[in-house]
Amino acid sequence: MNAAQRAAEATARDQYGRLVALLAARGGDLAAAEDALGDAFAAALQHWPRTGIPANPAAWLLTAARRRMLDGHRRRATVRAAEPELSFRASLPAEDPAALPDHRLALLLACAGPAVEPAARAPLMLQAVLGLEAARIASAFLVAPAAMAQRLVRAKARLRESGARFELPEGEMMPEVLAERLPPVLDAIYAAYAAGTGDATDGGTLAVEAAWLARLCAELAPASAEAQGLAALLLHLEARRPAGRDAAGRYVPLAAQDPARWHRPLQAEAEALLRRAATLGAPGRYQWEAAVASAHAARAVTGATPWADILALYDALWAATGSPVVAVNRAVALAEVAGRAAGLAALRAAGADARLAGYQPYWAALAALADDPDEARAARQRAAGLATAPAVRAWLLEAGAAAP
Amino acid sequence: MQYLLLIYSKEGAWDAMTPAEQSAGIAAYTAYTEALVAAGALLAAQRLRPTSEAATIRAGAGGPQVLDGPYAETKEQLGGFFLIEAPDQAAALAWAARCPGSQHGIVEVRPVFA
Repeated sequence: MNAAQRAAEATARDQYGRLVALLAARGGDLAAAEDALGDAFAAALQHWPRTGIPANPAAWLLTAARRRMLDGHRRRATVRAAEPELSFRASLPAEDPAALPDHRLALLLACAGPAVEPAARAPLMLQAVLGLEAARIASAFLVAPAAMAQRLVRAKARLRESGARFELPEGEMMPEVLAERLPPVLDAIYAAYAAGTGDATDGGTLAVEAAWLARLCAELAPASAEAQGLAALLLHLEARRPAGRDAAGRYVPLAAQDPARWHRPLQAEAEALLRRAATLGAPGRYQWEAAVASAHAARAVTGATPWADILALYDALWAATGSPVVAVNRAVALAEVAGRAAGLAALRAAGADARLAGYQPYWAALAALADDPDEARAARQRAAGLATAPAVRAWLLEAGAAAP
Repeated sequence: MQYLLLIYSKEGAWDAMTPAEQSAGIAAYTAYTEALVAAGALLAAQRLRPTSEAATIRAGAGGPQVLDGPYAETKEQLGGFFLIEAPDQAAALAWAARCPGSQHGIVEVRPVFA
């Protein structure tokens, strides 16, 4: 890869979302902004090897993309009133990159807003803020690329029709407004992370991108305790992720992981975020989940997992969400605190929820807690059949072969 | 809606595996098939014998023409299939992603004409 390509890629990673948000700020036309920026990147790869990399690559790209967008506006001038073009011109920012306004929070809010169907929110964010291709997003979400591309096009059209403005007046940054509009953003980032860790095709890099989004969101919405909580949660999970496979690529469950393989700097960053969240005095689902991850991380220091704390956190999560997935995790924690029989009884109660029939971790938990060897064997077999990650399937089958 | 999951993989790969690898492979397919049955999604499933035992027939100028071997000489060959019931393409793709065939080969997901 040559220097121009490297510069273009580095700029894309750091600035893509900021540039898209700026380009789409007034017109609300995400697709046009992305097309213009795509053209600008193509032009950069053509020009930079000859002219040298500009001192300010982001400003160069913004200028080139703005020119493309103005061309597009002129071409449509016969069918559209002149007003949008004028307001678009008026919104053009200064060339100084430090002075570029940051509309990314508005972009995130629009991507998860009521105009966008819930299933399209996480994919739209990954594309609009990070510039990921539809095909790659499709694989992570296990959707056919054509269907995903269609979903994204439809979402952008709905956003444009809804008259979305990717700008936030000062007043809309008020904590009470954010408290209402931010939760779908956080849910979409969490969904992107979950899809990213399940995506074997890219070695988990989509998870890295989602964690980056969570970190960005925490930075852009410092008054939101849950934004800090989600970032803390994902950074804790990221810190642990490499330890989930051994040198041969075999699955290593959390309890068997070597804490020395956890990423300490990421854990420290997560802890700082969680502390900041606590000072905001607005507890919530992501902070509790981050606190669970934090409790597991404590094993690196104390050598033991504080299961009683974890159980209390799952009690709070269960009361707040009623989620069957939380019920499974709570049962596992209960088994550690009050014994296997109590955990099994709680797990059986959770299993009454039909949504768990296809949930692999439920069957893996049942295999671990059931005292009837036949039931344990059948549950482990069911878990293996439902596993998507080959390493997890192999681990379950090996455990089954070794069981009495 | 019915979907046919077609599993393509390298033909010699199975014979090149150690007995332990083969029994792990059988265990993986057994677990997967049982999960499909438990979910009420399995309609049919079969493993196919190698393409060295295949014959292909097509209309020739003077009548049917019979040839040895599979339709196409490709590195990966059709080695088996699952016919499943799934509410939509997303659910069918989720089952395909769980299929051990997507680890050792390629799984093509085809909706069946209703």
